[in-house]
Amino acid sequence: MITFYFIAFLSIFFSILVISAKNPVHSILYLILTFFTFTIHYILLNAQFLAIVNFIVYMGAILVLFLYTLMLINLNKDSEPVKPFMVKLAGVVGGGILAVAIASSLKLLGTSNPVLLQNPDLGLVKNLGKVLFDEFLLPFEVSSVLLLSAMVGAVLLATKEKEPKAA
Amino acid sequence: MESLTNTMHAVPLNHYILLSTIIFAIGVMGVLIRRNAIVIFMSVELMLNSVNLLLTAFSVYRGDATGQVFVFFIMALAAAEVAVGLAIIVMIYRNTNSIDINVLNRLKW
Amino acid sequence: MNQLIWLIPILPLAGFIINGLGRNSLSKSVIGFTGSLLVLISFGLSIAAFFQVKSTGVPINVNYFTWFAVGTLKFPFAFLIDQLSAIMLLIITGVGFLIHLYSIGYMHDDEGFGKFFAYLNLFVFFMLLLVLGSNYLILFIGWEGVGLCSYLLIGFWYTNPDYADAAKKAFVMNRIGDLGFLLGMFCIIHFYNSLSFSEVLPAIATSKKGVEIIAICLFIGACGKSAQLPLFTWLPDAMAGPTPVSALIHAATMVTAGIYMIARSNILFTLATDTTEIIAYVGLATALIAALIALTQTDIKKVLAYSTVSQLGYMFLGLGVGAYTGAFFHVLTHAFFKALLFLGAGSVIHAMSGEQDMRKMGGLKGKIKTTFTTMMIGTVAIAGIPPLAGFFSKDEILAHAYAHNPVFWVIGVITAMLTSFYMFRMMYLTFYGKFRGTHEQEHHLHESPPTMTIPLIVLAILSFVGGFIGVPEVLHGHHELAAFLEPVFKKSNEILGEHHLSESLEYALMGTSVVLALAAMGWAYIKYAKNGSVPVADTEERPALTSISYHKFYLDELYDLIIRKPLDWLSTFFYNIVERLGIDGLVNGIGKGTIETSKGLRLLQTGNVGFYIFIMVLGIIAVLFYSVFGLTKI
Repeated sequence: MITFYFIAFLSIFFSILVISAKNPVHSILYLILTFFTFTIHYILLNAQFLAIVNFIVYMGAILVLFLYTLMLINLNKDSEPVKPFMVKLAGVVGGGILAVAIASSLKLLGTSNPVLLQNPDLGLVKNLGKVLFDEFLLPFEVSSVLLLSAMVGAVLLATKEKEPKAA
Repeated sequence: MESLTNTMHAVPLNHYILLSTIIFAIGVMGVLIRRNAIVIFMSVELMLNSVNLLLTAFSVYRGDATGQVFVFFIMALAAAEVAVGLAIIVMIYRNTNSIDINVLNRLKW
Repeated sequence: MNQLIWLIPILPLAGFIINGLGRNSLSKSVIGFTGSLLVLISFGLSIAAFFQVKSTGVPINVNYFTWFAVGTLKFPFAFLIDQLSAIMLLIITGVGFLIHLYSIGYMHDDEGFGKFFAYLNLFVFFMLLLVLGSNYLILFIGWEGVGLCSYLLIGFWYTNPDYADAAKKAFVMNRIGDLGFLLGMFCIIHFYNSLSFSEVLPAIATSKKGVEIIAICLFIGACGKSAQLPLFTWLPDAMAGPTPVSALIHAATMVTAGIYMIARSNILFTLATDTTEIIAYVGLATALIAALIALTQTDIKKVLAYSTVSQLGYMFLGLGVGAYTGAFFHVLTHAFFKALLFLGAGSVIHAMSGEQDMRKMGGLKGKIKTTFTTMMIGTVAIAGIPPLAGFFSKDEILAHAYAHNPVFWVIGVITAMLTSFYMFRMMYLTFYGKFRGTHEQEHHLHESPPTMTIPLIVLAILSFVGGFIGVPEVLHGHHELAAFLEPVFKKSNEILGEHHLSESLEYALMGTSVVLALAAMGWAYIKYAKNGSVPVADTEERPALTSISYHKFYLDELYDLIIRKPLDWLSTFFYNIVERLGIDGLVNGIGKGTIETSKGLRLLQTGNVGFYIFIMVLGIIAVLFYSVFGLTKI
């Protein structure tokens, strides 16, 4: 129980650092830490498959992709112009109100019962695999098409346009 | 593992909701207050992950694996989104030599 | 016989279709022959129907089908031939046939020969429908149909804008009256839930519900159709049409539709005593004013047109004082002599190569003898000189008028005197004195072909003897017509009672009117035939009274001032203020408003992505709050 609150505190702390760090590289590093805390949350919830996927896909692939991009852009120096203070305040207040609003509306729907692990095997690969390839087979296949098209799109977007051929 | 999961027994669902909400709101704030496109993108990832966490919590709470399958799909979607989004940012940088979103105000009439 | 009734109106309709479709392909003689023959067959059938009604005394009632039924309201398509419609049938088909015959000669050189016969046949069809209908609705179909044909035929030479305008004027004036008729029908439906004569009229006799309102509405309808004050100005203008049209539609048949309708619903008007009083006044005023106008007209057809209006006024006077038989008698005789006069005038115009101005005529007596003789018979008849037709019918109306109110009689006699004066003025100006036209016209003077003179002769004979079917008892005659029509007017006559004038008084009344008519004739003779005075040209000044009469009491100008001008003003107002500022302003304002609002709202589109996101977040917050509070409320 203490573990949860401690990890939760770390999650919030690192995510604040993500948005407040001046250097984008630092932001990415903090984001990696945040996602690491998330992985721990998944383990605490006994969602082992998700924990592994989060660890590999998010931290290993996606965030490394971010780093690569930054490297490509070569924007390591802090060149970002700072927004006016009032805009920042408005952003923070807006975000805060949103948090309150979402929390209150979700609270109306849910009850405050403790999260009990009814089925210890729920988050195991075997169990999830059965569900995924049984009920969600079609969405799974469709998502493969989505990934393929995203890949093609990314390649297409990122390649330099060829110089118009001289006639 | 068993011992770890057993410690969770007393955490109320509300606290998961609260945690997710706070992280989601932090993501929103990040989008609002930053001008660097990559950081904004990261904030979006933060929001996605907060939702993932909530879905997982609900899944465990309900004893239904569907929630976790959805998280899996969201991750696939996030991967696709990041690939395309970062490609776009690279393109923008190549064209404008900047990734400040305020430069991209050409949409106005 | 009853099985053949439907043929009476259908034959002219067939003529209309044949002539209308074949107007360009059929030869003129075929068209003329078809048009006339079909009407002649109808005439034959009408005679058969007339004698059946006369011998049996029972109206012929044929029901064809239920036209439509709404709730409890049923409108059968049925024909009714009683004594009244039998006589009307004879007038329409008989006079109609003669005029068709005449038209063959008169219209021979006209390009629209086929079209003319088609319209004429169509008119006969609608007129027959009008008199045959056994309910007000069928009567109304015919009523509207003859209005349409009148419009088409007045505007027959539509290339002349004046003629086209005259047609429009007639149409619009008739519409005003028709609205009254329509309202009258609605009132009848409201009060009696039927439009059939056989149901409504007995119901009116017993219940007397809403008689005044129905009567006044129907009378307004009759006013429009039969050219009474204040709706009579269209009739003189209607002379723009070919002369046979003037004779058939605007003298003999259509304009008497109003009188037919009132005579048909006589019981209604007998009970509506206030309305009949109004009818009498309107009729009297129309008769007098039209006669005064006719005194100074120079166009031969205009004189006859005003004379027609005046005679129609007489008929309405007769209806107003309860002399239904007399009024109808006058319809009959008037159909003869006025058709004769119009056709005669047409013959004169034909001889004069289209000239209508009497100032350019004169001395035609020797040149066109048949026309002169027949027209003279018509003139004597209309002037009310015994023993010709006009005397008897006019005298009957005047006698009733005296019984009702002696003042009516005085004005009536003055009008009769004026009638005699202007008719003889017309005759003397046209046929006596020296020829005043051009040399060329004089050279071309010729008597009309036999197709034109035969109808003249027939009508002259009818004008001569027509009056003898209604010789008053005081002259030791037998009133055939009154006896024949007795079943139709039975109830009204019972209510009104016989008028009781002593024999000597009746003689005195007759004598006075005859003497005055003769005096007027003498005066006209002295003035126009002996002294040879001619109305002055338009450019010269006229004495004030003459001028008023010549300009038709400035009635057209008056209507212009009190109706057209305010309407114009109102239209201008609506156009400039309501349309241009109101509606256009609204429409353009919406457009302008959209553009202006967009100009303001456009500034919100800064292109700043952060701002967009901020607004989006605010929107999400708003939605969430709404859902939160929405949920708590539930």
